[in-house]
Amino acid sequence: MGIPQKERRFRGESEGDYFSNRLILIMCGIAGICHINGPDGLSLDSIKRMIGALCHRGPDETGIYIDDQVALGHARLSIIDLSSGVQPIHNEDKNLWIVYNGEIFNYPELKKDLLQKGHRFYTTSDTEVLLHLYEEQGTDCLTQLNGQFALAIWDAKKKELFLARDRVGIRPLYYTIFNNMLIFGSEIKSIFENRNVSRQIDPIAMDQIFTFWTTLTPRTVFKDIYELPPGHYMKACDGKVTFKKYWDIPLYPRSEQSDLAPQEICRQIQQLLQDAVRIRLRADVPVGCYLSGGLDSSGATALVVRNFNKDVRTFGIRFDSDGYDEGEYQSLMVSHLNVNHTDLRATNEQIGASLPDCLWHCEKPLLRTGPIPLFLLSDVVRKSGYKVVLTGEGADEVFGGYNIFREAKVRRFLAKYPHSHIRAELIGRLYPYIFKNPKLKCTLQSFFARGLDQIDDPVFSHFIRWESTKRIKTFFSQELNSAVGQYDGYEQVRQSLPESFGQADDFSKAQYLEMAIFLSNYLLSSQGDRVAMAHSLEIRVPFLDPRVINFMAKVPAKWKILGLNEKHILKKSFEGILPKEITSRPKNPYRAPIKQSLLNEKTAEYTKEVLSAESLGKTGLFDAGKVTRLLRKAQAVENLSEIDSMALVGILSSQIIHSQFVQSFTGVSADSVAPALIVDRRSKTSMAVS
Amino acid sequence: MDNSVKVREFVVENFLFGDGEKLKDDTSFMEEGIIDSTGILELVFFLEETFGFSVEDDELVPDNMDSLQNIARFIDRKLNGNPAKGA
Repeated sequence: MGIPQKERRFRGESEGDYFSNRLILIMCGIAGICHINGPDGLSLDSIKRMIGALCHRGPDETGIYIDDQVALGHARLSIIDLSSGVQPIHNEDKNLWIVYNGEIFNYPELKKDLLQKGHRFYTTSDTEVLLHLYEEQGTDCLTQLNGQFALAIWDAKKKELFLARDRVGIRPLYYTIFNNMLIFGSEIKSIFENRNVSRQIDPIAMDQIFTFWTTLTPRTVFKDIYELPPGHYMKACDGKVTFKKYWDIPLYPRSEQSDLAPQEICRQIQQLLQDAVRIRLRADVPVGCYLSGGLDSSGATALVVRNFNKDVRTFGIRFDSDGYDEGEYQSLMVSHLNVNHTDLRATNEQIGASLPDCLWHCEKPLLRTGPIPLFLLSDVVRKSGYKVVLTGEGADEVFGGYNIFREAKVRRFLAKYPHSHIRAELIGRLYPYIFKNPKLKCTLQSFFARGLDQIDDPVFSHFIRWESTKRIKTFFSQELNSAVGQYDGYEQVRQSLPESFGQADDFSKAQYLEMAIFLSNYLLSSQGDRVAMAHSLEIRVPFLDPRVINFMAKVPAKWKILGLNEKHILKKSFEGILPKEITSRPKNPYRAPIKQSLLNEKTAEYTKEVLSAESLGKTGLFDAGKVTRLLRKAQAVENLSEIDSMALVGILSSQIIHSQFVQSFTGVSADSVAPALIVDRRSKTSMAVS
Repeated sequence: MDNSVKVREFVVENFLFGDGEKLKDDTSFMEEGIIDSTGILELVFFLEETFGFSVEDDELVPDNMDSLQNIARFIDRKLNGNPAKGA
């Protein structure tokens, strides 16, 4: 869909700014292989297959660099400016080669400095800016980037491979080390294109997923396949692979936090968010917005409409079931902003039927169905002609929106006088929707009172959630339980915490855990990059601008959740631009139906087949007798409990993941990839490998 | 069938999915994470259907519901006309 160029210039940027600052959109996937111990020959077909597996991320154009030690591949979705965007891109003397997935939003500013220092550019892309910045500053360049990225740079002179990932892990990057080869890719399926890499489910990863809702970084659900953790880089050189954390989620002791008045905090947040949105609108294509009707996406969209583009297109999800649908608030915001809105009505049948396709992209078992409507929505957005959207992800983590933060606060309060009925009443205010049944009052209070004697445990805030989720492990088979052995996930989390954790306030500790465990590995992947890129859609997340994260880390806990009022600062900051109905509305966590989706007329047969004793026997992951009882119960009861629902999705999705990636992984043919650019520097002997 | 056996069977089938080996009469459902909030409602529904009495809101306390032993006493009190423990 063509958009007149003048409409793509945003208010607040002059024409000159617009044309010099437009970010050439490079939605893509990257992959590569590196012989760690030095040149040993590489096959062109191997890297072609790896890139072929990422074609949904970049269906239009591929490029390859290959020499005797390293192969780099890039799959790109071409938008415009074909001549300048083909990767791999090199520096002036062609010693450095980069493949890169993502966006550096502050690249115009970085480029100005580099030009002054004498660097010369042969493209207008941010990729080349990044490469020259690396040439100039080495790994220190990462701290200057405001963006979302995963990259690989090969220094052909030093024979050194450098891989890096953005601070919070918006863009994915996986790797394995096998036979002295470092094999990496934007998605795991790309790594599996190397037929010698084994494909097995990792029992410890299963234990983690069925406790924390996701794996603990760097583990993935597949044995010996790892992610490069967010905020890290790695190098392969001289037979060694080294890792370094260049950024961590900021934690400040109270003495280093800000003493600004709340009004001043809000004023500065307004400015920061406006700029975070401004630079994320830099693109050579129109940028849309996700608009759910919640505070975060409503605020981000309002900032776009009021300051930059009043004609922005918005997209949202509607549900069949009342408990999930946010239509009322969505419509309110559409009227308030007068935007051209498209909504996807995600039916229960669609959600259930799309689970396998969604999992192919998420590459991990899920305990919720929430990712599926987002997978369906990205298709609608793409078909509407949009390739980039701003989303509200990250606001709950940074500004303190989750119930788990409030829950921890109340439980700490209760722990001082555990038998206080008045204090226990506060629990009901956190979860009014489950406390609405008066019968449950005492039971729920007892439920949340568990673990009150462990307030000094670093994982206190997440104890209830993890203990509840762990119950699903009752469905593990004996073999899986034996393989997990005495592994203790809580202890791993405790050991991974930085020194600064101990000095932080309780609220910041809970935020840290949520961001370190859940944000990148679930929210930004299974509900972010993976389900968006499944349909070649790029998400941009202004609330995770590093300036916003750092500023909010210095805001005292008392202002983040005022009493029990979550996201107090964000609500106050948005007061002038959002209707009161939105800033004062109760938070309704985003979720999608489970039982109704997986056991309806159209999907029940498939679900039962995947959960049959025969299918369960093939994977050996779960106890068939117990799963049969769960299925029977799920069909019999009207309201399946939270944990039983999560068990149903978790078991079903593990079975499907096993089938797709372990049992029946077919891969792609090298012939399906016709690179637009091949830089082949292999010696003749090495070329014989292909 | 003995009332306690009926309750045990229900709990083992619906909350432990057949694996009742470790369930003792005094095992705390809440502490062991056997039953959550929705589960309590299922249990109440089962008790009312099976034994023909109704469970009042203030009777839904751990002293009455948190273990097989507590439930057995609760049923006994309800069926024999003794006042059940309230909150």
